[in-house]
Amino acid sequence: MPLNTDAIGKSFPPFEYEVGKEKIGEYARAVGEENAVYFDREAARAAGFRDVAAPPMFAVVYSSGSVAPALFDPDVGLNFAMMVHGGQEFVWGEPVCSGDLISTVTTVKDISERGGMGFYVFESVSTNQDGQEVVRGTWTNIVRGVS
Amino acid sequence: MKVELKVTPDRFLPHRYAGASGDFNPIHIDVDFAKQVGLPSNILHGLYTMAQVARANVDAAGGDPRSLKRLKVQFRGMGFPEQEITVTGAVTEERDDGRVLVATEAEQGGKKIIKNAEAELEPSR
Repeated sequence: MPLNTDAIGKSFPPFEYEVGKEKIGEYARAVGEENAVYFDREAARAAGFRDVAAPPMFAVVYSSGSVAPALFDPDVGLNFAMMVHGGQEFVWGEPVCSGDLISTVTTVKDISERGGMGFYVFESVSTNQDGQEVVRGTWTNIVRGVS
Repeated sequence: MKVELKVTPDRFLPHRYAGASGDFNPIHIDVDFAKQVGLPSNILHGLYTMAQVARANVDAAGGDPRSLKRLKVQFRGMGFPEQEITVTGAVTEERDDGRVLVATEAEQGGKKIIKNAEAELEPSR
């Protein structure tokens, strides 16, 4: 059965995430970060941030709430039992700080088949309360046995 | 500039990362479930390992998170708690605008768990 590619180009409604100081700290501790700009407001401001800064990979925290509904969308029809997260790219823009309100929109970028495997590529674009782009994520999920 | 980082996630790291990230997929936090689906044990979140690659690159660039402009990785194999992860990288290109490209990988127990990672850094000066 050929892969259904009808969902290519489909976008999902914006997902909003309000960034909090303690959530940044929880994430930073979990991944082993020690830089004071992730924990201490004064240290962050001294380094030129508006408030406590989020580590770059905190992008996962505020954007996954936008990506998940796209992964589960019936039009996309992704077979989770056979899925692996194959690749990930982030391109960072304006830094994210505590107090920011981040809005993320996810789009189905591509669905294709190579060697019996389905490649599902999603793009998430996150912007802050001032309309500045903070991160652009490309999420590649691979599904085995699609043909 | 040299990228090198060693970290050993403890037994409960996947649980803390699950809480921090919101990804509670049982293959990461439930040993019995992981074994039922054919894995040797619960496995690390790939995005946790990517965060180690990001941290190694930021540290190498001088520690400012604004140095990291782009990071692209391929997930390969599986990472496990209680085993040391080694992240290594080397500069492959120095661009005229001051940015550098760094080829990075993460290895655990002799196996690559992230390969072909490329970081674009703007080192602080």
